[in-house]
Amino acid sequence: MVKIKSLEELKRIKEQAQNSVSLRVKGDNIENMIQIRVAMATCGIASGAREVMNEFVEALGEEKIDNAVVTQTGCMGYCYAEPTIELTMPGKDPIIYGYVDKAKVHEIIDKTIKHGELIDGIINSQHKTIE
Amino acid sequence: MADYKFHILVCGGTGCQSSNSHEIMEALKQNVADAGMAEDCKVLMTGCFGFCEQGPIVKMLPDNTFYTSVKPEDAAEIVAEHIVKGRKVQRLLYVDPENEEHVSDAKHMEFYKKQMRIALRNCGFIDPENIDEYIARDGYAALAKCLTEMTPEEVIEEMKKSGLRGRGGAGFPTGLKWQFARGYKSDVKYVVCNADEGDPGAFMDRSILEGDPNSVIEAMAICGYAIGAKYGRVYIRAEYPLAIDRLSIAINQAREYGLLGDNILGTDFCFDIELMFGAGAFVCGEETALIHSMEGQRGEPTTKPPFPAESGFWNQPTNVNNVETWANVPVIFLKGADWFRSIGTEKSPGTKVFALAGKINNVGLIEVPMGTTLREVIYEIGGGIKNGKKFKAVQTGGPSGGCLTEKDLDTPIDFDNLVAKGSMMGSGGMIVMDEDDCMPAVAKFYLEFTQEESCGKCTPCRVGTTRLSELLTDITNGKGTLQHLEELKRLSEVIRDTALCGLGQTAPNPVLSTLRTFEDEYIAHVTEKTCPAGKCQALLKYEIIADACKGCTLCARNCPVGAISGTVKNPHVIDQSKCIKCGVCMNNCRFNAIVRH
Ligand SMILES: Cc1cc2nc3c(=O)[nH]c(=O)nc-3n(C[C@H](O)[C@H](O)[C@H](O)COP(=O)(O)O)c2cc1C
Ligand code: SF4
Ligand code: SF4
Ligand code: SF4
Ligand code: FES
Repeated sequence: MVKIKSLEELKRIKEQAQNSVSLRVKGDNIENMIQIRVAMATCGIASGAREVMNEFVEALGEEKIDNAVVTQTGCMGYCYAEPTIELTMPGKDPIIYGYVDKAKVHEIIDKTIKHGELIDGIINSQHKTIE
Repeated sequence: MADYKFHILVCGGTGCQSSNSHEIMEALKQNVADAGMAEDCKVLMTGCFGFCEQGPIVKMLPDNTFYTSVKPEDAAEIVAEHIVKGRKVQRLLYVDPENEEHVSDAKHMEFYKKQMRIALRNCGFIDPENIDEYIARDGYAALAKCLTEMTPEEVIEEMKKSGLRGRGGAGFPTGLKWQFARGYKSDVKYVVCNADEGDPGAFMDRSILEGDPNSVIEAMAICGYAIGAKYGRVYIRAEYPLAIDRLSIAINQAREYGLLGDNILGTDFCFDIELMFGAGAFVCGEETALIHSMEGQRGEPTTKPPFPAESGFWNQPTNVNNVETWANVPVIFLKGADWFRSIGTEKSPGTKVFALAGKINNVGLIEVPMGTTLREVIYEIGGGIKNGKKFKAVQTGGPSGGCLTEKDLDTPIDFDNLVAKGSMMGSGGMIVMDEDDCMPAVAKFYLEFTQEESCGKCTPCRVGTTRLSELLTDITNGKGTLQHLEELKRLSEVIRDTALCGLGQTAPNPVLSTLRTFEDEYIAHVTEKTCPAGKCQALLKYEIIADACKGCTLCARNCPVGAISGTVKNPHVIDQSKCIKCGVCMNNCRFNAIVRH
C-alpha cells in the first residue's frame, strides 16, 4: 500500500473504495431505489440477457444515476420476448419490458428512468414481482 | 474491474462464528463460483449484526434480505434461488412472532425499528479486515479534519460541546477528561483504550472491536493530537482472540497507509498504537489497576488522586477511555457536536449500546438513543419475556448495578436516571429476569462474582464480600434469620463507604437494591423458610396430595434416592429426610398429584 500523505490522497482512496460499499448503502435504502431485474434463465441468457445486464450497469454508471440497482431473476414466464427486464420505480408497480437490447437499455434509461415516460415494449403491466 | 452486482454478508461476530459462520461463508463462495457468478457476487464477512438470537445471520444485497439461523447446507439454496433466480428463500426469513408474517428487510423488524446505530454504525456493514471499506464510509476523514483544520484546543472544545460521556461505566464527560490530560505538561503522554470488558454477559466492546476496529484507532489518534500524546495502548483481554486479530490487522493496515506512524497525513503529528494483553481480571478494568497491569505489576487499584490524567502509565499523563466511547468520537467530528447533542437526552447525549441477555426473547446487541425507556427495550426491541412468563426485574450495570422493576419500566434510560433509581448504567449489560428468578439468589450470584474478583488489597472488600456471600448462602439454604438481613444491610453500607476502589464500593449494590425492592422475598426465606420463586433447592418441599394420588407407583420406582414409599393403588408418601429435591417425581406423575412449595 502507498502511504496517504494528504487529505486529497485520502479522498482519492475513498472514491476508489466507494464502489465496494455503495451497493450496501443502496441496499440500506432499497425502498427508494430504482430496481432493474434482468431475467437470466437459460432462455434469457441465450438471447443476450447477460449483455443487457452489463449494459445497464455501465450505462447507469456513466449517467451517474446512483439510485438504481441491477440484479437478476429467474424465468419470468415471457420466454417468447427475451431478454426481458422488470423495472420497479420507487413506490410504483413493477413493469416488464420485453425484447430488450442495448439500444433499448438506453431508451429505458433516458425515457422511463429519467422522465417516468413509458415506452413501447411493455409486455405486462399487471405483473406481480416474484419474491 | 466489473462491479459486483450482489454482496452476501456473513456475520463474523463471535456468536455466529461459534455456529459455523465460517463454513457458511466458504460454502457460499463455493456455490457462487460453481454457478459461474464469482465476478458478479462478492461474499464477505462482517462484524455482529446484533440479532445474535437468530444467528447465524446472512444478509443479501442490494435487496437487503436478512436470512436467519442459516446453516452451511443452506448455501446451495441461497445461491441457486436468491442469486441466480432472484427468489427469496422463504424458510430462512425471520418470522414476526406477533402476526407470523415473514419479514425480509431488517428495517421492518421490531428488533431494529427503535435502534439507532452510531457506535455500531459499521458493524455488520463493512469488512473489518479491510481498511478501504472503513475509509469508504468516511473513515479517517475525522482525523484528517482535526489535523488539518482544527487546533488541539478546538478539538477538545468540540468534544466538550458534544456532551459525550464515558461509556465505560461512570459517565465522565470525555472532553473534560481530554482537557485535563492536555493540561499536564510532559514530553511523553499516553492514550489508552480500555478493552477489558469484564462484566458478566457483556459483549458490546468486543463486538465493536470485532466489527469496526478502525473507528477505535482513528479516535485514539484524534485524542493523541488533542492532548499531545504520541503513544497509544489498547489493553485487551487475551480471551478475546478474534477482537485481537481484527485489531492487529487494522493497526497494520493503518500503518501501511501511514495513518499511524510518523507524519500522519503529511502533518507533523506522529502517533502509534500497541496492544497489551490482560489476563481477564474484572478489577483490571478499573483504570488505575489497568495501568499497573500494563506496567507488569499486580493488577491492583490505587487511590485517586492522582488521576491518570496527571500520573498514569509510567507516571506520565494518560487518558483512558472505553472502547464504545472511542467509537463515538469520529462521528462527532464528521457530523458535528450539535448533531450529537440532538440525540439522546439533555444530560446524556447520544446513544448507548446494550447487551440484552437473560429471560428475553431477542437476546443480542442493541444500540438505542439515550432516553429510550426500559419498556421499549424489553418489550419492543427485546420481544418480551421468554415463554410468556411474567417480567420480574432487570439488572443494569452488571455486578456494580442494581435491579429495576415493573415500576421503573417507563423511566427513560440515561446515566442520571438509572442512578436515581438505585442502579447504574455500567458498561451496558442488561440481564432480564422473570418470575422464576429468586432475588436473594441473584444477589448471591453477583456477590460470588465480586468476591472471586476482589483483588484482596483492602479489607472491606476482601473480607466484606466474603461475609456478604456467606450471609446470602445461609439465606438461600434456609439457615437465615431476620438478623441476617440486618447484617446484610449494615455490612453493605460499610463496604460501600470504605472500600478502596469502585469494585468494592459498588459490590453491595445488587444486595441493597434487591433488599429494597424485594424485601418480602428475603423475609420469606428467613422466616417461613420458603423460596417464593421456587428456585432455592434447599427450601423446596415436594409433597404428594393423598387425594389425588392413584397409587400407580411410578414415582417410587423413579426416585433416585428411594424417598417415596407406598403400595399399589394407595396414596404414596415422600420421606422428607431422604428427598434430595430433584423434582423427578413431580415431572413424571401423570395425575398431577405431586406439588412443590
Ligand atoms: C471494577 C471496575 C471495573 C471496570 N471495568 C471496566 C471495563 O471493563 N471497561 C471500561 O471501559 N471501563 C471499566 N471501568 C471504568 C474505568 O475505571 C474507567 O472509568 C473507564 O475506562 C474510563 O473510560 P470512559 O470515560 O470512556 O468510560 C471499571 C471500573 C471499575 C471500578
Ligand atoms: S475494593 Fe476490592 S478490588 Fe478494589 S482495591 Fe479493595 S480489594 Fe481490591
Ligand atoms: S406417580 Fe403420582 S399417582 Fe403415581 S404413585 Fe406417585 S404420586 Fe401417586
Ligand atoms: S424430588 Fe426427587 S428425591 Fe425427592 S421424592 Fe421426588 S424423586 Fe425422590
Ligand atoms: S454474532 Fe452474529 S448477529 Fe451477533
